[in-house]
Amino acid sequence: MLHLPILRYGKPYRSVDTATAVHYRTRKPYVEASQANVGLIRRDLMSQHEAAAILQGFTTKELIAMAAKASDYFLNHDLPLGETTQSPQEFVEAISATTGLPWVMVRRNMEKIAGVLASMETVLMGLTRLPSLDMLDSGVGDIDGRALSFFPRGDSMGVILPSNSPGVHSLWAPAIALKTPLILKPGSSEPWAPYRIIQAYVKAGVPAEVFGYYPTSHAGGGEILRGTGRGMLFGDVAAAKAWSGDPRIEIHGPGYSKIILADDGAASWEKYLDLMVDSVSNNSGRSCVNCSSIWTTGDSRKLAEALAERLAQIKPTAEDDPKAAIAPLANPDVAKRISAMVDSELDGGAEDLCAKVRGTARVAEYEGCTYLMPSVIHVSSKEHPMANREFGYPHVSVVHVEPHDLPECLGPTLVCTALTNDKQLHQRLLANPHIGRLNLGPISTMKISWDQPHEGNLFDHLYSRRAFQAVPELVG
Amino acid sequence: MSTATQPDLFAKVQANKERLDAHVREMVEWHFNPETGCPFWLNWAQEAGWDPRKEVTSYADLDKFGNFQDDELRGGPVRRWVPKGLAHRPVYVFETGGSTGIPKSRVQMDDFRIDYENFSETLPDEHFPKGADWLMLGPSGPRRLRLAVEHLAQHRGGIAFSVDLDPRWVIKLIKRGQLQEAELYKQHCIDQALTILRAHEVKCMFTTPKLLEALCEKVNLEKAGIKGVFCGGTEMTPQFHRFAVEELLGPNIYFAPTYGNTLMGLATHKAPEPEDNWAIIYYPPVPRAVLEVVDFDDATKVVDYGATGRVRLTTLTKETFIPRFLERDECEREAPCEQYPWDGVRNVRPFSRFQKSVVEGVY
Repeated sequence: MLHLPILRYGKPYRSVDTATAVHYRTRKPYVEASQANVGLIRRDLMSQHEAAAILQGFTTKELIAMAAKASDYFLNHDLPLGETTQSPQEFVEAISATTGLPWVMVRRNMEKIAGVLASMETVLMGLTRLPSLDMLDSGVGDIDGRALSFFPRGDSMGVILPSNSPGVHSLWAPAIALKTPLILKPGSSEPWAPYRIIQAYVKAGVPAEVFGYYPTSHAGGGEILRGTGRGMLFGDVAAAKAWSGDPRIEIHGPGYSKIILADDGAASWEKYLDLMVDSVSNNSGRSCVNCSSIWTTGDSRKLAEALAERLAQIKPTAEDDPKAAIAPLANPDVAKRISAMVDSELDGGAEDLCAKVRGTARVAEYEGCTYLMPSVIHVSSKEHPMANREFGYPHVSVVHVEPHDLPECLGPTLVCTALTNDKQLHQRLLANPHIGRLNLGPISTMKISWDQPHEGNLFDHLYSRRAFQAVPELVG
Repeated sequence: MSTATQPDLFAKVQANKERLDAHVREMVEWHFNPETGCPFWLNWAQEAGWDPRKEVTSYADLDKFGNFQDDELRGGPVRRWVPKGLAHRPVYVFETGGSTGIPKSRVQMDDFRIDYENFSETLPDEHFPKGADWLMLGPSGPRRLRLAVEHLAQHRGGIAFSVDLDPRWVIKLIKRGQLQEAELYKQHCIDQALTILRAHEVKCMFTTPKLLEALCEKVNLEKAGIKGVFCGGTEMTPQFHRFAVEELLGPNIYFAPTYGNTLMGLATHKAPEPEDNWAIIYYPPVPRAVLEVVDFDDATKVVDYGATGRVRLTTLTKETFIPRFLERDECEREAPCEQYPWDGVRNVRPFSRFQKSVVEGVY
């Protein structure tokens, strides 16, 4: 069986304790990962400043060039994997094996990660808004004659990664170009992508000593977040809540991304049906940017019925089907528990129209795999508990809302696509502090623009600005 | 490793079984004799309607008691546990648990001394030198460990220096999610230990796994003069074992992991061998305490060697009789060996049966 070691500042370490991820279909062990004990992590974090010093020895330009090379290596080359190597196709199959994602979705995510690495200069310009990235090397400069200085907030960034989909890795990957070592805890079912990104960077010339890769327990993850200067956490509601009071940690919990249709948008909802289907079901509904609820000032029932008709057409297919539109769950028990939870909240005020159209149960079996088929929950009022929920499969609630309740009724929303020409509503949306990314017009919630970071800006997270004054001869 | 299939070991195992059966008869006679037994067990026998002194003739017969319920140990009067035959002796009461609610209590007179004197025989003198002083970096307060380690040091001719450490406060902090406070409290304990190490010539120590890690972040124990570390109190994984030996302590400090609690005393570890792959294998202090590994669903059934099950403890001393107590731990059953010709336990860890919950959100 494949074995993934811990990487202690690049050095492979085989632990006595291991955890196994199983193949989603056969349920047989597929890969074993060394598990880091908490003390080992604490001990390693004592020397994170040394890793930071290594990255400070490179210019940003050099790191950007390495990221571009890493992009190519990540996408197209064989790279080390434990004591063996892994081809790009083997990588696709491995992620599919332990997460259930069809190959086509893995490739899409792979391209997303490679895209960030290849466009690192654009990404950094978007993050920093600096006129020249050389300022990242000197830590000082000026914009239109005004002095500017900043400093790193910590020696490294600890990242607690999820297992749902590899696309999220594009969020932390730029840290290396921002001269910040990475201490990663991979998701138990998706240890692959972070390992491969590290190997791609190393092959491109980034010293292995700036990477920590620690498959570990929940407690080990906590130690990573406590022990690193800055942190990033991908987690469920409970995990996000546990760290919500710590300003050092950027939290990526549930997105509760939404589409709203008001006024003219609500009246002409049919023309946005493709956009809604894509926002709900792209990447099998596993992303925080997938739309989980649609709020309309028009006829919510008609919209929900039409959406249900479309989403009910989604069928399980083989993992290598280039048109695969839905992923099985790696753990069948989880599928059953989620479905039972949804059912427990359906009542006269909330109805799964997609199940009705499909005529079959939400939990489906296909070639030995368990799927959660799409749900379109028509909800009678914005107060109903099912109005604003998120699950890791194509699940969307459709809610009627009065115009004056928008946008306050939406609550925290990672991405909001607003389909309306109502300028006053635009203004209210622009002023709303709970929306992470606002799309005005027909833009899928899934569409990401790398120079428009949402859910926190990595540069602002890793660096802080300081007041600065100096006599001219000292700053040249 | 030696196994029970070797003829000489087989004979030792048989001899131990006979010794254990004889010990059981002696203990049952003591605890259920109206002249020497404690009120709890004498009342119990009266209500049960059978006389253990007549019906229990072997260790296996203790099954007739069913599983001991640890709630019996909570609350007072603790004197119901004092055997009449020892009523003239000064009584200690030690507690376990208690961060919320009423802790479990065990009364003792000499058991903690006897257990630790026996344990002392397993410690190598070159690493735990006779006459050397000790650091007790573990729980203080109403814990048996506090006095037991002090007695161990005294028994070996040394003096034990202790810290103030209230584990109940730590558990409260963790339950409240005040992890930063818990970390500060840990550092407070480590600071006390560092002060002792700086001020006194200490060569041996007791500590828990987490405190050992935290202490080693601040000081090189070999340079500080430590020669042997006795570690216990909480779970130790094979990986921790390796990490402690290879990275925290190095080759010149002896590491003695133990498994124990207030009810049992302590089980010593078998010297590690390469084929163990850092597994921690403990053997209980038979006949004073017996550990068995029983089926998760049928606690009367001992599992096969190498199989996983729940730890079941039986304590058989003149001070304490606790038959068939199901611990909140699981492990693999280990075969007898030359040094310990009775069953052991491998890789003890918290009982894993827990409820699974639905994750809300895309992660």
